[in-house]
Amino acid sequence: MGAVTATALPENRPDLLGVAAQRRRTGIWLLALTITLILTGVIAVGSGAVNVPPATAAQIIGHHLVGLPGEVTWTPPQDAIVWQVRLPRVLLGMLVGAGLAACGVALQAMVRNVLADPYLLGINSGASSGAAAAILFGAGATFGQYALSSSAFLGALSASLLVFLIARSGGRVTSVRLLLSGVAVGYVLYATTSFLIFASGSAEGARSVMFWLLGSLGLARWNALLLVAAVALGSMITYLTVVGRRLDVLAIGDETAHTLGVSPGRFRLRLLVLVSLGVGVLVSAAGSIGFVGLVVPHLARRIVGAPHVRVVPVAALLGAILLVWADVLARMLLSPQEIPIGIVTALLGAPFLLVLIRRLHATGA
Amino acid sequence: MIQATQVSWRYGANPVIDGISVTARPGRVLGLIGPNGSGKTTLLRLLYGALRGGTGHVAVDGDEVSALPPREAARRLAVVVQETGAETALTVAELVLLGRSPHLSTFQRTGPADHEITIECLRRVGAGQLGSRAFASLSGGERQRVLIARALAQQATHLLLDEPTNHLDIRYQHEILRLVRGLGTCAVVVLHDLNLAARYCDDLVLLGRGEVAAAGTTEEVLDPTVIEAVYHIGVQRLDLDGAIHLLYHPRDEPTATGTSAPAAASHMPA
Repeated sequence: MGAVTATALPENRPDLLGVAAQRRRTGIWLLALTITLILTGVIAVGSGAVNVPPATAAQIIGHHLVGLPGEVTWTPPQDAIVWQVRLPRVLLGMLVGAGLAACGVALQAMVRNVLADPYLLGINSGASSGAAAAILFGAGATFGQYALSSSAFLGALSASLLVFLIARSGGRVTSVRLLLSGVAVGYVLYATTSFLIFASGSAEGARSVMFWLLGSLGLARWNALLLVAAVALGSMITYLTVVGRRLDVLAIGDETAHTLGVSPGRFRLRLLVLVSLGVGVLVSAAGSIGFVGLVVPHLARRIVGAPHVRVVPVAALLGAILLVWADVLARMLLSPQEIPIGIVTALLGAPFLLVLIRRLHATGA
Repeated sequence: MIQATQVSWRYGANPVIDGISVTARPGRVLGLIGPNGSGKTTLLRLLYGALRGGTGHVAVDGDEVSALPPREAARRLAVVVQETGAETALTVAELVLLGRSPHLSTFQRTGPADHEITIECLRRVGAGQLGSRAFASLSGGERQRVLIARALAQQATHLLLDEPTNHLDIRYQHEILRLVRGLGTCAVVVLHDLNLAARYCDDLVLLGRGEVAAAGTTEEVLDPTVIEAVYHIGVQRLDLDGAIHLLYHPRDEPTATGTSAPAAASHMPA
């Protein structure tokens, strides 16, 4: 009885800080976005050169996933397209979109710059060099079907290590030092990739590298890569949500972080390692897809405000939805030919960014 | 109680703080005063452990500050720094609620008690109506008061403030310092205005070029001869109704009351 009144009392207080209202709002958004994400998945699985009605697509997935009983009303090719080809691709798209958005949020907090994106630290350039080496010179052939991804991941890992060592060389890792070393390493590795393309002298190879650089979900299969991406990105997003308050504090400033019980150097280092691994996995799986990691965090903040405990999950869901739709467009615009998804996200993202810049000026922030 | 023993800090080859010992005693307000570049802020940062790599010891209630886990340190020391984070998109309420984070475990979200404390702290700094506003949209004075509210929300046993009266109009300069004084917690305040120091500090440490020029009770430290030597400006002290007031004038110009020798003007009866 006593416990009931004790917990009931605060509920009746006026919500002077707006905390309860904001929590409700965030809950509604998370629910709405999750439903949208599921619908997006079903529709995207059905869309493409061969159209499968959403209801049929849902039935096929249900049949495979939980052995849903019922009459098989679809053809074997439809089954193969939905289950073998498109579903892994849509899932990878969701993971990559969510991961890019979450990495973007983390990096914007780490370097305190709203224009930061996941590729700021030059990690994607490392992955690109690795991928170019794999495509043009057969690097990583020992990894079989994972040659490209593993070579790209090794490239990303070396790039992060290099950025980290340079940023660390002057003592403490500060945001400015991190930014500068990321830009420097990025340029060097970009040059390396260009040199590899130039040195190989293969026009066909150059085209494949170019396609990969602009991003593609074409590598998606039911394989270990998808599983690794799901585990890595899932844990990263969970961690970033859990440490949301620490991200808030770090985004204000190092001195403030220190006085609120967050060791800024150590926390930034931990984030750096985590985000580097995350971006490494992303780029290895799908190439460098631009603008998602830059624009989606802003959209999320617009919807649920600045605290990271809300921004991270909302940005992840938004990123997942947007990237799947971008992939649908990439597959269908010049169907049956596929265009690199990076072109679509840039075309969609740039106007968004311009609107945001206008808004920023309008509010004087 | 915060006890610094023989602390030193150098920036490159230049000593900024050179072998200083200070003690902030329980229930008292300690003011750090001194000219620009005398090391006030550096000393304060040493006291809350933001600067590492110096020599000497700083102990908070007997424990070495550099050895305290960060969250434990934040429960003992609340600091109002000069870094405002003005670009943040957080609301005032969200920003002040961050002051509760040293008391919350990683997985714990803020509860009704934290919200009560936040509302109360905002009210105490005269910012009770600002809760839902964007922090970035506030004026300089409002921001400063909100940052003080965040430090109060930390409910630490010690409060450290780096020039808290910056950007504040006269009314809030006094209200904020009176509030700090009224808390009854051990407080350390870096102040520029010696008259504010005179009114609201129990003890003072006067710094000159990284060393202690004078330390003791406010009454003792605010000696015109000492202040003149450190600030290189003429000082007259008036003790009115038991309060100390300082008047300044360039050393080569006569004073308002006509007495030119500052030392002679000290402790002028009212």
